[in-house]
Amino acid sequence: MLKKVLTLALVSMVSFSLFAGGQQEDVQESGPVTLTYLVASGTDQNQAWAACESFMALNPDVNFELELRPGGTDGDNIVKTRLATGEMTDIFYYNAGSLLQALNPQQTLVDLADEPFMNNVDDAFKMTVSQEGHVYGVPNQTAMGGGILYNKKVYADLGLSIPKSWAEFAANNEKIKAAGITPVIATYGDSWTAQLFILADYYNVQAANPDFAAEYTANKAKYATTPAAMAGFKYLKEGFDKGWYQDGYATAKYNQGLELLATGKGAHYPMLSFALTNIVENWPDSASDIGFFAQPGPSADQNGATIWMLSANYIPATTKGAKLEAAKRFMEYLVSPQGIEDMNRNVPPSGPYLVKGAELPADVLPAVLDIASYIDAGNSAPALEFLSPVKGPRLEQFCVAVGTGQMSPEEAAANYDKDVANQAKQLGLEGW
Amino acid sequence: MSKKQSNKSLISSYPNWFYLPAIITFGIFFILPTISSFYYSLTRWTIFDATFIGFENYEAFLSDPMLSIGLKNTFIYAVLTSGLKTIIALPVAVLLTSGIRFKGFYRSVVFFPVLISTIAIGITFSMMMQPHTGLINVALSSIGLPMVDWLGNPSLALYSVVLVDVWQGLGIATVIYMGGILAIPQDYFDAVKLDGGFWIKFRHVIIPLVQNSTFTVIILSFIGGLRSFDLIWAMTGGGPGFASDVLTSIIYKQYQAGFYGLSTAGNVILFLMVTILVFPLKAYFDRKELDV
Repeated sequence: MLKKVLTLALVSMVSFSLFAGGQQEDVQESGPVTLTYLVASGTDQNQAWAACESFMALNPDVNFELELRPGGTDGDNIVKTRLATGEMTDIFYYNAGSLLQALNPQQTLVDLADEPFMNNVDDAFKMTVSQEGHVYGVPNQTAMGGGILYNKKVYADLGLSIPKSWAEFAANNEKIKAAGITPVIATYGDSWTAQLFILADYYNVQAANPDFAAEYTANKAKYATTPAAMAGFKYLKEGFDKGWYQDGYATAKYNQGLELLATGKGAHYPMLSFALTNIVENWPDSASDIGFFAQPGPSADQNGATIWMLSANYIPATTKGAKLEAAKRFMEYLVSPQGIEDMNRNVPPSGPYLVKGAELPADVLPAVLDIASYIDAGNSAPALEFLSPVKGPRLEQFCVAVGTGQMSPEEAAANYDKDVANQAKQLGLEGW
Repeated sequence: MSKKQSNKSLISSYPNWFYLPAIITFGIFFILPTISSFYYSLTRWTIFDATFIGFENYEAFLSDPMLSIGLKNTFIYAVLTSGLKTIIALPVAVLLTSGIRFKGFYRSVVFFPVLISTIAIGITFSMMMQPHTGLINVALSSIGLPMVDWLGNPSLALYSVVLVDVWQGLGIATVIYMGGILAIPQDYFDAVKLDGGFWIKFRHVIIPLVQNSTFTVIILSFIGGLRSFDLIWAMTGGGPGFASDVLTSIIYKQYQAGFYGLSTAGNVILFLMVTILVFPLKAYFDRKELDV
């Protein structure tokens, strides 16, 4: 009892949004149902609302109220706190993979494994929203490619070809630099963007060490002692040593990076393909100039893309009665052919769908076709965060420290290996 | 009637239960969370449940390889901000208590930054300190000076934040000094008139007689510097990399990452550190305090 009081007191001290948007308890059995829906503001919000509107047009008895949260680690906190206190919205949108595992899904979420509509969902996706045979999430977006977004006009003007190995990439960069264009855009003002050289290199890590993810989770493989994993840190340093990054990159923001890429002032931006949605919004005329290639590794023979699974919609265990029924109907709609068709119309896809039988529309962006071609050819691997729950929260800081020349790759890798131990212990993994 | 007796009769004229609302509020919102945070710092806490793990969090926090940078930065930040505020505020206070024209206007100007939200100041300055488009660099380059990457240069970022902190906190320090200067009896100034000179007045009357204000300014701004967070967070987020990380930003990032037990342990350590540094300082100042 005392522990409960203590938890309550401390939780109420640390969380700001605790009492914002609490649920109405008394659900009316008939009449329209209003579902509250928590999403991250920005791109996710637009996509979620588009799905809600299409669904409401077909189901006049259901209304939605969107609640917004910040992205990143601030958003993680809000989701965890609201789940822990039973104050979660009726549906919410959140990452799959390692972040989902930290939500304690078996206690806090509704199991959807036995719902017939789950048969429409791709098995590779289901793996990332499952725990011990229970399945919790339904997608309403496309998978993403993580790699290098590049400006095709720059490539055409300079007569460059797509690099298949890191050496070719480095050679391209020198030519681009000689032409007075920024070879590699870096935006460390939004430090999460600094991680791409490491995270998007996972296809190459896995090609060299097929068991890396399992051994990494079991505290056997380390970044500092695995040369293929270490490579990402070295790439960051190489960019710094050779002056590939633009002026002022240490404080530049993600949006500035997109502008450089879209306007052709920068040639490459190591990024996730969801950035395409932002480019379509802000520089619609340039969106078709942007292409995608996988981050090249040591050998041209092994070239493939690292794929990010999509985030998913979940129903918390606190949703009951008519609301639960309506929430499940919404989930069913999201993975139905009608739902996919509406989604294609509302938001241009930034990667392939992970719903069985879902086709990309004919007018899809060239970068999305680039990503799909890696997947269709079998040259893709999921990012490490979907294979292992171990990801240190300070990776981005280590990446910035290396990319600004403050830390050597070796030092950063060794320190990062220590940093992930906190995460592994927090999750209670074996062997740490 | 002696002073002591009159105090006593004042107290007893109120029933004890008048204290109750204050005690309850203070207990629920301060004492209880403080005590429970000591407990949770000994657990692996996921918000959903807490497992007791002894001192493992303290061990993990103190063995963090990046902690030394944070500690060093915290110390530099606290010493620099409190030192600069003390040094700059006194001459400003002397100026603002002298017979200059538009005194009221200047006083408002100096105090104004105190009234603005720190986050707003942080965001504004981080825009103004942008390497190419920021106001400060545009101004510098227009008079032919080189542009400075205020927040992007790892060896400069912390000091840029220090400058902004001093700019913002100067008002409070100045007001404390002005109070001290205005409390100096006129006789001292009359006496020193014979020896002439502003310098004599400043060095031998003002500096010694505002000593109590100096102590207050140092203590307040030193504590403020040790636990400063909002300005650093708004301006650099502790970056680039770890270059401007301080103890509080390290703790906050651990909290963000969901290491609730670990970050609570960090807070307990911060609490102890502030106490250990500030109590001797306070005791020393109390001993030396003048009774003007």
